[in-house]
Amino acid sequence: MRFVFKTSYDTDIRLFKHRAQATWYALLLLLVLATPLYFVAIGDAYLLGEITGVLILAIAGMGLMLLTGHTGLPSLGHATFMALGCYLNINFLGAGVPWLIAFPLSGLIAGVLGTMIALPVLRLHGVYLALATLAMSILTGDFVVIAEPWTGGIAGAAVPDINIFGIEINRYSTPYKFYYLVLFVAILLVWFYRNLLRTPTGRSFTAIRDSEISARAMGINLTRTKATSFFLSATAAGLAGALFGHSAGYVTNETFDLVMSITLLLMIVIGGLGFIHGAFFGAIVVGIIPVAIANGRSFLATTFDVNINVPGLESALFALILVGFILFEPMGLYGRWLKIRTYFELFPFYRKDMFKRQKSYLKTDRVQ
Amino acid sequence: MDFVQLIISGLANGCVYGLIALGFVLIYKATEAVNFAQGDFMMLGAFVCIGFTNHEYMGLNFWLAVPLSILVMGAFGYLFNWGILRHMFGQSQTSIVILTIAMGFIIRFAAGAIWSHEPTSLETPYAGQDIRSGGLVLGVDEVLIVIVTAALTLAFFLFFSRTRVGLAMQAASQNQLAAYYMGIPVKRIHSLVWGLSGMVAAVAGVLFASKGAIDPSTGLLGIKAFAAAAIGGFGSLPGALLGGLIIGLVEPLASRYGPPGVSQIAPYAILLLILIFRPGGIFSQTQRKKV
Repeated sequence: MRFVFKTSYDTDIRLFKHRAQATWYALLLLLVLATPLYFVAIGDAYLLGEITGVLILAIAGMGLMLLTGHTGLPSLGHATFMALGCYLNINFLGAGVPWLIAFPLSGLIAGVLGTMIALPVLRLHGVYLALATLAMSILTGDFVVIAEPWTGGIAGAAVPDINIFGIEINRYSTPYKFYYLVLFVAILLVWFYRNLLRTPTGRSFTAIRDSEISARAMGINLTRTKATSFFLSATAAGLAGALFGHSAGYVTNETFDLVMSITLLLMIVIGGLGFIHGAFFGAIVVGIIPVAIANGRSFLATTFDVNINVPGLESALFALILVGFILFEPMGLYGRWLKIRTYFELFPFYRKDMFKRQKSYLKTDRVQ
Repeated sequence: MDFVQLIISGLANGCVYGLIALGFVLIYKATEAVNFAQGDFMMLGAFVCIGFTNHEYMGLNFWLAVPLSILVMGAFGYLFNWGILRHMFGQSQTSIVILTIAMGFIIRFAAGAIWSHEPTSLETPYAGQDIRSGGLVLGVDEVLIVIVTAALTLAFFLFFSRTRVGLAMQAASQNQLAAYYMGIPVKRIHSLVWGLSGMVAAVAGVLFASKGAIDPSTGLLGIKAFAAAAIGGFGSLPGALLGGLIIGLVEPLASRYGPPGVSQIAPYAILLLILIFRPGGIFSQTQRKKV
């Protein structure tokens, strides 16, 4: 058992709770930095590309996590912000803007546009936000077709390579550089996110999630805080979209569809709502499931001569896992890990209901 | 004449959207939960009826099959709440939204596995029959849709405002804790309203499948019905119908007189506009929480 004696209020909001935790994260950092060495050794970078894809998903997941996990607002339209970021990035690069400026700029503009769309709905109940973002997500593909001069419409648009001070980065020809670039962005965002949660702004997000009424009683401006959260969230999604474009190499009107928005939402729930780790765990699961299904299929076909080829199996399986998580482990994978860790840390004093959440009774905000 | 014909087929379509929207609004009014799988409920109801009626499946008499499938869907809705959603009681709205989306995927998959992904239409005794009057040709199916929808909306409106159970449902959503104190069995009321909304979904499904072919992805129509419910004002029964009618009318008119591609965008564009300028919908029932 470890005892952390709190001698000042700062202890509560320190980045790392104790030295051992900091050591573990340093080791993790070393591991992710050293990962490409393994692929250099085996001389095949295919899997590294998949890992990079997972990192990009995790960046988008962090964006949605801030909004849904920490502010408690559901969004079914984050693929739209990814699309905005991606197409803005393509157009800036096409106009000759250097990547180092185009990339953050496209994220910021995606954030501003997203906030402008969401602002009127943010005053209402969360369900309306879900609806508005759902509508936005459905319209995305159509708008991409309408805005053909900038997006290439149905034919699609090729994404130019990244050029940072003369260093050319491409997903296929220089997978290692691309991995490090994405990793750098991801770590930067985690650092920002982690620090944000320690600031008054970040703490007011959590206050709004837990109780809007108490948050307001504490003097938090609900609409402004929600809008801030939405802006940061959409910006992260826009950045992820820009990177996603570089990773895909070619985007069409069907790339950023409703399924992608929903996948993002499912991802953070499986990973664990309200934890930054959750975005990464969820992204790993989303990355693994299609591979696992394909492998399972070929295993059944070769060993038992059973051919399963039912359309929609993948999304149904995904949905089933999700339902299982929501019913039996609402805190997601990270919550499960937290429980296991607490069990051993407190051994033998762990109690069954330690993580039980308080139930709330609903009250409508409608007039009847 | 052409225009009137267009309006009438739009009305019939709008009524189906309205019926699906009625299903959500019922649930929303009584439990404050939003069922994103309502469209898939409708699709399932249609397929259950097809399973009872069509000759390649059970081949029952249509008029026997319809009440049977309504009962089956009512039981499905009741059990859905009893088996799954009841465990979510007291959890955040967001998890319920995500849960119902996931259930929609599963229902779609199950329907595809049982009844195949081929578009199928319901064999009704009134298929292809018309009512002709003064140059107008009205399909019996379309007229039936309009009549049934109007009747159902009126019935539910009265049910909520006049009956004891309806009042109990309103109470359960207005303040769960207070409802408990008044001796209302909130959880059973929730199951009951889910059963009711399953029945409405079955009716919508039967009407929709008698008008044209359906396949498992028809459930995605639910999203349009969502737009309908939000345009009308979430939580208002006549609003749901009105929203459905607006969308049903706008679609054919936009595809006829507007530039290509507009008809797909129009419903959602209206939804976004309504949410921006009149966020509560036409029959707005929301007010800002005051502290």
